[in-house]
Amino acid sequence: MIEFILNDQDISTDLPSGTTVLDYVRYHKDLKGTKIGCREGDCGACTILVGELIREEVRYRTMTSCLMPLANAAGKHIVTIEGINPKDGSLTPVQQAMIDESGTQCGFCTVGFVMSLTGFCIDETAKTPAMGISSVDGNICRCTGYKSIERAAELVCRQLADSNSRSVPNYFAAIPQRLAKHYGLPRRETGPEAAVPLLGGGTDVYVQRPDQLGQAEPRPLFYDDELRGIRDLGDIIEIGASATVTDLLESTVMQSIFPDLCKHLKLVSSTPIRNMATLAGNFVNASPIGDMTVWFLALDSDIALESDDGSERTLPLRNLYRGYKDLDKQPKEIITKIRFPRLGSDFYFNFEKVCKRTYLDIATVNTAISLRVETTPAKDWKPPALMESKEMAALPKVDHLITNAHVSAGGVAPVPLYLKETSSFLIGRNVDAGTIEKANEIIQAEISPISDVRGSAEYKRLLLRQLFRAHFYELFGI
Amino acid sequence: MRNLDSHSHVRGESIYLDDIPLIHGTLYACVFDSPVAHAKLNTIDVRDAEESEGVVRVITAKNIIGENQIGGIVPDEPLLADGEIHFQGMPIAIIVAESETLARKAAKKIKIDIETLEPVTDPRIAAANGDLIVPPKQFILGNSPAAFKTCAHIFEGRTETNGQEHLYIETQGAYAIPAENGGLKIYSSTQGPTAVQRAVCRVTGLAMNEVEVDVQRLGGGFGGKEDQANAWACITAVASQLTGRPVKYALHRMEDMRMTGKRHPYSSDFRIGLDRDLKIVAYDVTFYQNAGASADLSPPVLERTLFHCTNSYFVPNVTATAYSCRTNLPPNTAFRGFGGPQGMFVIETAIAHAAEKLGVPASEIQRKNLIDDGQRFPYGQKAESEAITSWNQGNKKYDFSGLQKEAELFNTSSRYFKKGVAMMPVCFGISFTKTPMNQARSLVHVYSDGSVAVSTGAVEMGQGVNTKIAQVAAKVFGLPIEKVRLQTTNTLRIANTSPTAASAAADLNGKATQLACEAVLTRLKEVAAELVEAEAGAITLVDSVVFRDGEKTDLGWQRLVMESHLRRVNLSEHAHYATPGINFDWSTAKGHPFAYHVYGTAVVGVTVDCLRGRYEIDYVKCCHDFGSSMNTAVDNGQIEGGIVQGIGWMTIEEVVYDPDGKLRSSALSTYKVPDIYSVPKTIEILPLETDRENLAVFNSKAVGEPPLMYGIAAYFAIRNAVRAFSPENPLAFKAPFTPETVLMSLYQS
Repeated sequence: MIEFILNDQDISTDLPSGTTVLDYVRYHKDLKGTKIGCREGDCGACTILVGELIREEVRYRTMTSCLMPLANAAGKHIVTIEGINPKDGSLTPVQQAMIDESGTQCGFCTVGFVMSLTGFCIDETAKTPAMGISSVDGNICRCTGYKSIERAAELVCRQLADSNSRSVPNYFAAIPQRLAKHYGLPRRETGPEAAVPLLGGGTDVYVQRPDQLGQAEPRPLFYDDELRGIRDLGDIIEIGASATVTDLLESTVMQSIFPDLCKHLKLVSSTPIRNMATLAGNFVNASPIGDMTVWFLALDSDIALESDDGSERTLPLRNLYRGYKDLDKQPKEIITKIRFPRLGSDFYFNFEKVCKRTYLDIATVNTAISLRVETTPAKDWKPPALMESKEMAALPKVDHLITNAHVSAGGVAPVPLYLKETSSFLIGRNVDAGTIEKANEIIQAEISPISDVRGSAEYKRLLLRQLFRAHFYELFGI
Repeated sequence: MRNLDSHSHVRGESIYLDDIPLIHGTLYACVFDSPVAHAKLNTIDVRDAEESEGVVRVITAKNIIGENQIGGIVPDEPLLADGEIHFQGMPIAIIVAESETLARKAAKKIKIDIETLEPVTDPRIAAANGDLIVPPKQFILGNSPAAFKTCAHIFEGRTETNGQEHLYIETQGAYAIPAENGGLKIYSSTQGPTAVQRAVCRVTGLAMNEVEVDVQRLGGGFGGKEDQANAWACITAVASQLTGRPVKYALHRMEDMRMTGKRHPYSSDFRIGLDRDLKIVAYDVTFYQNAGASADLSPPVLERTLFHCTNSYFVPNVTATAYSCRTNLPPNTAFRGFGGPQGMFVIETAIAHAAEKLGVPASEIQRKNLIDDGQRFPYGQKAESEAITSWNQGNKKYDFSGLQKEAELFNTSSRYFKKGVAMMPVCFGISFTKTPMNQARSLVHVYSDGSVAVSTGAVEMGQGVNTKIAQVAAKVFGLPIEKVRLQTTNTLRIANTSPTAASAAADLNGKATQLACEAVLTRLKEVAAELVEAEAGAITLVDSVVFRDGEKTDLGWQRLVMESHLRRVNLSEHAHYATPGINFDWSTAKGHPFAYHVYGTAVVGVTVDCLRGRYEIDYVKCCHDFGSSMNTAVDNGQIEGGIVQGIGWMTIEEVVYDPDGKLRSSALSTYKVPDIYSVPKTIEILPLETDRENLAVFNSKAVGEPPLMYGIAAYFAIRNAVRAFSPENPLAFKAPFTPETVLMSLYQS
């Protein structure tokens, strides 16, 4: 039995825990405001809010209900548009802004936008229009061309500055107490009897196998507290395997290590998917273009695996992949932690990704690099012919000697690829055009892309060459 | 004036097909469709499916009571494959079960015995094989063979434009409910209720008066539900007829993408001749339209390609030839612009190509050849042109050459980022090119409580047509718009409707509504004249009050209505409107097919990241001919949405088929429409100032399709930026300009 709060109503249901929240609210609770657009998390028409009790407060995140099983709703506050609508038939400030700026035409995607913007307004942190727009980065509208929705987001921000209205009904105030009182933390099943399939955020398995999972009782790992959290252990950073991309994005530990964290992670799917997608899920689905896998490969990460008898082993992430979707992992083994060595001030990190659509898309090719670099005064420094920016012109006249290097790439092999030869080649070289071009030759020998819907093999080769150049352009301005 | 549906939209209370409360006993249909594009279909084995849990019936072609045929223009489209398979995704069998899950489960148990045949996906190969949907069509103006001999410059080349998935966020679907005496009521997500009604009658053998089709609204259409809603309505109708129970089918996204047609891809050859002053003297063009497996709406789409083959330009000598080529793809269909964008892309390519070879800006050739008043289009109609005024007013506001210079200056100082700018004049004809379709009816009831109900043939799909029609009724009656309610589009109330298409629904149905309201108003005024003791001519209605000679009286709307009812005055009217003055004769390919044209000029600026091959659209600035907009909120929304959809077609939206005709871009994860970050950073819309009269409702010109074609400039702007980085690389004229094409263009010489 699964228990949770749906809008203002306490729910307990015996339906298969793999049933999607979308099907549950539409066809079992007759709440038809949440729409079905694609059933693969790519359109946002089914966006809902999911409230989780954290200490004494409920933190709401947007999620796509098409990829979310009831198992992950246990003990949560699930909010659909019906739980937002004022009972007297009036409108919330978000709804009013969408009307005032004509942000709705056919209306089919509109509820998703309203839910995303409501999630954006719901906490009391300072808001900017850019943040409002990024809150709807997972919502597709085919009618408006988005400009009116941008204006609605801006209007909402102006109103928040004036009134601090949270755009939710009064019953929300009692939700923290209700969750605390009635809903205990779900316990993770362990031991040989524990169920499979394993289930993280669902963002991949519900795209791949929706029919199978919808009837199943998967073993949820998503809200397992033992599998969450990002800890700074000094020389090592340790991340719980169920940490989401959003958890990384909001982590002060990660922000302090990766100055471009926001810019880079914005390239990874969309807000609701980042709220659901776990690191372990990304690793084990073994997609050759998994963004977070490529990211952590370049950090030379290790993963900890726990088997059903409770024993644990550690594995370099790059050794997890034996071939296409073939892992060094038993079906019931769970990834529990990811660890990578802390990066100091002599470390450089960059992430690049190109896809057909820059945001909210799957990579054609992605790549990450981490370098440890020693700087020494330059022997024969010359200014580049064209300056991109004043900052570049002001670059110190130094040589950069690479003392350690890890490079990874996705979309160019059957697995997310650690570029072993390239990485070892770079060690001991200076950062200069010659090194980059020679390394690029080695990369071309290490990769084996195939032509598919995301691009031709020829293009993927060219693209990785360019993105490898882009690493050095971003990090060193060359 | 906001869209009337806004309130229920933002509260999630608007009702779409999948939200209709179901009648007890409703069954669910799904389709077993072909896994291959071309094959001989020997046998279908449905035994296991029939025995599958919850299955009520499995239906194949032989069970259809009426005719197994849904082709509207050419009878070449079976509802269910019979003997032959023509495209991947072609419906073969219908499974009807107690639940959607059980129906889908059973569908997997159907087995077919087929012999695969060689599929054709290239329209030129189909044309070479003589496999045409209809005989070739041709427009001739002047004498291009002779004129080419006089040209100072002649250029020729080839273009390709790809298809485009409609991606209405609400997928296709229908819900059929048995009525008395074998009749049917069909709820359909369709732009063409009458088209659905006709198709359902054909496959069920029922008469049109036995089939009711009802449409509340669509979650987007864009042309994709003009003709292609028919199949799903027919499937539920056939299933309902054979089981005697209500049957619903709302397609899954991947079924929708796989089984429905898209915008037509075109492959075209052009030849353009100019004189020394850069005037276009002659233009020859041949279009190969990839129609897919059956006609659907391909013939009229092909015709509109010809109608718009010279866009906003006057070309005195034109030979334009068009082939509709049958291939083994899903039948391609209407999509916003309806062949016009494909035609315009080719002449814009011809101009860009000439400009590049001559070393002049394309905008110079564009500007010098804009059509002027009184000059004729290749189909004979004289222009009442705003092409030059829209260009000039746009230039005055935006400074086109200033924008170009700004980009050039940026490019000289940037290593990896290059800007490109391009212009796009647009001229789009309004009216169905098939003249008989330019008619509409409206049924207006004034109820005794003073509320007003309007039914028309127009279907609301987000474009705001219901809002505009309500405005018409409110304006004629002098009422606040809240007093007017638009009813569902229903074939019982309005018969023989034209589909909501061709940007013409507000004009046709708005004018019919105006006529109906005016007829009722005339009768009301007579009563009012009696009540306030005046001549009927002295009566006006303003803000729900009767005015006599401009003076307010104490006779209000509600009392006037009740008094009229008590006097047995008819408070209802069913009015008919037919667009005057239009005609077209295909035997000469000449006539006056359009009520009017919509004009405009846009300038688009982009920045290409030449390191990575990505790009951003910096701005779209346009001067657009609204006539006199009756609803700027709705109309600006149409412009912004149209521009972004046009840019999508030209940039990231790529329909990919395997050589064997299987759709690879079959989901939202593989087919990308613009998201909020891929749209232009700014869109500026300057309404053209003009005081000309036109045939649009309240002078407010149609706005649905024309702005889509502004997006074509994005292609040429990207091209210009790519050329700024690598001027020597040869570039094909092949759309869309995906990041892949950009990067390959930048680095492959």
